[in-house]
Amino acid sequence: MADEHKPRPVYTNIHVSQIITYRLPIAGVVSILHRVSGALMFLLLPLVVWLLDVSLTSEVSYERFSNAFIAGVGVVPAFLLKLVVLALIWAFLHHLVAGVRHLWMDITHSVSLQQGHVSALATLGASLLLTILLGAKLFGLY
Amino acid sequence: MSTQNKTYGSKRLVVGAHYGLRDWLSQRVTAALMTLYTLMLIVQLIAGPKLGYVRWSAIFSQQWMRFATFVVIIALAVHAWVGMRDIWMDYIKPVWLRLLLQVATIVWLIGCTGWAVQVLWRL
Repeated sequence: MADEHKPRPVYTNIHVSQIITYRLPIAGVVSILHRVSGALMFLLLPLVVWLLDVSLTSEVSYERFSNAFIAGVGVVPAFLLKLVVLALIWAFLHHLVAGVRHLWMDITHSVSLQQGHVSALATLGASLLLTILLGAKLFGLY
Repeated sequence: MSTQNKTYGSKRLVVGAHYGLRDWLSQRVTAALMTLYTLMLIVQLIAGPKLGYVRWSAIFSQQWMRFATFVVIIALAVHAWVGMRDIWMDYIKPVWLRLLLQVATIVWLIGCTGWAVQVLWRL
């Protein structure tokens, strides 16, 4: 009996060293980016509150806010600030669209492989397109 | 009294007691609130003349807008807490380190929440 057993497939968690070579389906990419974008916004929360603070407190602080994107602030050059804000814009948009996708899946029970694949593609497309549009505005391309 | 359906104490039933449901639901409800707030803010930003300090601060000076923003600040803290706790539970196995990171998360969120509320209500 025992030698008739085929070796059963073994599924383990992905090890850190496998992250680069592990082939994730597109829905898996959206899923991990949902988590990464959320963690990024959590870490950069003080920057967001600071931007809210200087942009709202007074006309003088608003000047400092605008100037930070032109001449930089403290030791941080304007270019670096813009890059970080661009990352925040992407994180917000991806998290928002991926979240709406989740709610849509929950409400309409759209959980087939095909639906998951198409909606994941739509999520990536929409969030990246909006990021490019807003990023171009941020870097003064239009 | 049967001990099978205890929802408290060391002999509590660890499944079917909806321990995770509250977090799951609060994360979705807060997400919906923040999405609606975002759409509402976008409408205010694109309707009207060129955006400068006067119009920007006027948007947040409206009493109903402060009300909505305050709710969203709290919603964000709750939402981020559930999400970050999920991350720590998934990846951090040593209990002492997980607890430390969870405490740090709460400190971080409460601090940022207080700062944001102060910015909002001193306008």
